[in-house]
Amino acid sequence: MSRLLRHARHVVTENPVTLAAFALLLAFVLLAIVGPALVPYDPLASDAAHKLEAPSRAHWFGTDQVGRDILSRVIVATRLDFAISLSAVVLSFALGSLAASCAGFFGGWTERLVSRVVDTIMAFPLFVLAMAIVAALGNTITNVVYATAIINLPFYARMARAETNVRREAGYVEAARLAGNGPARVVAFHIFPNCLPPMMVQLSLNMGWAILNAAGLSFIGLGVRPPIPEWGIMVADGAAFMVSGEWWVALFPGLALMLAVFCFNLLGDALRDIIDPRRRI
Amino acid sequence: MRLAPSDSPASGTAVPVGPAPPLVEVHELSKHFAVRGTRQSLYAVDGVSFTMERGECVGLVGESGCGKSTLVRLLTRLLDPTGGRIRFDGRDIGVVPARRFATAPERARIQMVFQDPADSLNPRFTAFDTIAEPMRRLARTADRPPLRRRVEDVAELVGLPRELLGRFPHQLSGGQQQRVGIARAIAVDPALLVLDEPTSALDVSVQAVILHLLADLRRRLGMTYLFVSHDLNLVRLLSDRVLVMYLGRIVESGPVDAVFDRPRHPYTRALVSAVPVLDLPTIEASPRSAERCSAPTAGARRPRMRLGGEPRSPIDPAPTVCRFYGRCPEGFERCEREMPELRPVGPDHLAACHLVGETTP
Amino acid sequence: MTTVPLLDVDDLSVEFRTRDGVVRALERVSFTVGRGETVGIVGESGSGKSVTALAILGILHPAARVTAGRAVFGGLDLLTAGEDRLREYRGRELSMIFQNPRTALNPIRPVGRQIEDVLLRHANLARARVRERAIALLAEVQIADPARAYHAYPFELSGGMCQRVMIALAVACSPALLIADEPTTGLDVTTQAAILELIGDLARRSRMAMILITHDLALVGERCDRIVVMHAGHVVETAPTAELFAAPRHPYTARLIASTPRPGVTLADLRPIPGAVPDLRGVLPPCRYRPRCDRAIAACEEPPLPRLAAGADHTVACRVPL
Repeated sequence: MSRLLRHARHVVTENPVTLAAFALLLAFVLLAIVGPALVPYDPLASDAAHKLEAPSRAHWFGTDQVGRDILSRVIVATRLDFAISLSAVVLSFALGSLAASCAGFFGGWTERLVSRVVDTIMAFPLFVLAMAIVAALGNTITNVVYATAIINLPFYARMARAETNVRREAGYVEAARLAGNGPARVVAFHIFPNCLPPMMVQLSLNMGWAILNAAGLSFIGLGVRPPIPEWGIMVADGAAFMVSGEWWVALFPGLALMLAVFCFNLLGDALRDIIDPRRRI
Repeated sequence: MRLAPSDSPASGTAVPVGPAPPLVEVHELSKHFAVRGTRQSLYAVDGVSFTMERGECVGLVGESGCGKSTLVRLLTRLLDPTGGRIRFDGRDIGVVPARRFATAPERARIQMVFQDPADSLNPRFTAFDTIAEPMRRLARTADRPPLRRRVEDVAELVGLPRELLGRFPHQLSGGQQQRVGIARAIAVDPALLVLDEPTSALDVSVQAVILHLLADLRRRLGMTYLFVSHDLNLVRLLSDRVLVMYLGRIVESGPVDAVFDRPRHPYTRALVSAVPVLDLPTIEASPRSAERCSAPTAGARRPRMRLGGEPRSPIDPAPTVCRFYGRCPEGFERCEREMPELRPVGPDHLAACHLVGETTP
Repeated sequence: MTTVPLLDVDDLSVEFRTRDGVVRALERVSFTVGRGETVGIVGESGSGKSVTALAILGILHPAARVTAGRAVFGGLDLLTAGEDRLREYRGRELSMIFQNPRTALNPIRPVGRQIEDVLLRHANLARARVRERAIALLAEVQIADPARAYHAYPFELSGGMCQRVMIALAVACSPALLIADEPTTGLDVTTQAAILELIGDLARRSRMAMILITHDLALVGERCDRIVVMHAGHVVETAPTAELFAAPRHPYTARLIASTPRPGVTLADLRPIPGAVPDLRGVLPPCRYRPRCDRAIAACEEPPLPRLAAGADHTVACRVPL
């Protein structure tokens, strides 16, 4: 484990871009964990007297249309957005890649079944599908997580299946069978772990999309409901005020969204390098 | 794990005491693959029979498409046969499906060393993990200290320095990787070790080391080897007997010197004549440099048997036609009518050809 | 009597810039190839034999740089010639065949068309005659049913047939020099013999010179007039074939011969070469074989690497030759 940590530190520090992205991620994680305790104002407290105030020393990000402090809301929203996207991505990754790995290794019925399910999902415009799922199951945050997970399944499934197919005939897979591993153990301990490095990049990019997805759904009114602070609804609320000149209501949550996605995009390669032992010199 | 030198005579292979049954008995083994989209079958291995005695090294040669990889996978039970029988140490192991063979008692006794060491080592496992895995799975060695000691002992046996055990495959050289592969294979004390082109991915200088190691291990641990290679020169160095395969069948078998010096089957003759040989006296006798453009063809030094055309199709082959008919420089009408069977052409030397066997060897 | 060699490589040095530093892949490589001669370049992995061929043809990796030396071919220094000039030569006077025939051919074009591409580029043939010539070339490389093979894609052909197509591509315009980089590695032994014989016949008929690059000593022993032995980016010995095997002068050559299986030699006699091929990054001694050599003397640490004459047409890069 300590070798892994040392290698991780090496990967993160050798490239300034990676270092910056990692620092940003750390900042976000910290905000998500302790942010709510540090915010200057109650994110839900409205103050009609101070509505739509431009950024000032009292309110760094300004206030929204009911007088709530935008800075506090942006910080508190971090936890929710990250929680939604993380759970969605982990669920999606676990289900999709495991199912597809088995499908790729065993072939036959398993493969056909998984392929058809994946093809069906991919036949729909993904955002519309997410909308439909949330609308059908009920307008709750949990369902947003499920919907996001389902529409992201195909990416992991296809990648896992392709990677498994490539490795199925590898020498070390045969050697694993000779060493007394049954088919299930071969997939679990030999094939699947080796499929992880390329999927790490996908995972990271996906985190960014998942955040955008959750924000998009709340933008149109599905999922998170006001007054709960979430970047998506904040941008939705603020969009109307862009025209009348109160640019700060939509800008700051939008900026937070952008930075989060950007950070994950940059980290993809670094994550892969950390996981893949071949990158260790 | 027998790590001390065995009490067999130092110069030879392990000598069985009393008449022991052959370690491996293969009888009419076949493997047919269905061709997708048609009702046809590809006869990868077709009616192969041979035996292997304990302690001997049997070479298996043949070119691409001859079925040696399939035969090897049948023997090591990674594939299920379509027909025929495989007897290992008296027990029929062909009846156990390949999927469940991982838990069969014979699993530990049949192991393999692979051709490409970079491909046959899990990139996420350290050398230690790779060698320890079969011990963990098959020898049920779960406890830490004994496992560590045994891995280190095996590593020493194959000449792998202890400090390399913590490395990943990409941090090792080709020769070191192959040593890890060998260590993994012998870790559970197999009786039969299949060597699938163990040195073809290595430089010639490293090749000699690995071959020495393999010969040494065989002497010390009393294993039986099946040495598969396309390089006839190497097969000759290590093997006692050799099997020559062509399009799924064995066409010749016998003591390695007899088969390579006096090949009887036309295919074996073509194969032997095509192998480049570093024959110093011949090179000295007819230096090429003096005759640049009018030099005789290289083949003139050793008459090369040319083979015409492409091999016959292994898909639904006609059962009465010799597989080599058409490419064989000598063929007559009987070859088209009757499939030749392996017949004795010398002491322990068999060949499947109508032109030999009934005449004097 | 001195005849001007067809190709004269003199002091060729190539380095690669990599993330881990500068790799001096070739250092002061020198050898010649005469008209109609077959020269074998033999060495283990990392010896620089392929890099030499690519440098001569000017098709090195972008990260590579030729830092010194000349490769004079028919009066023109290939290393300093402009790309336009080189393009005229490649495929016409100077051509190459590669190791993996299936991947060296364009997978989405029929092989006949690929041969036509070369003819259209270099040969002065009327368009209508080009197809005829392509089919004739396929017949010359002994492909059965050339008219049908013309339309085939590389994946439809066996490895041996793909290699024959590549040979047809290479000799289409009767080049003066053909470089064959491990042309038969990965092919069956019988196919290998047939391919090498084919190339040999073609070479003899048109007085084409050939450089045969391989790691197989037995192969060069059978097919080459002269041999160049390389180790870790250096040429350690060059000599006519018979002389090289009868009396090798460089310790590495002798060790290489001793570790190659040959008739009359048992496993016990087969001697490995101690040590390993050096890592070409970082600082290297003037003689790169020094760490593996048992004959080294103090003077071996001093630059430059010597190049001694050990007989007519025989050079050795060693201070204490055998």
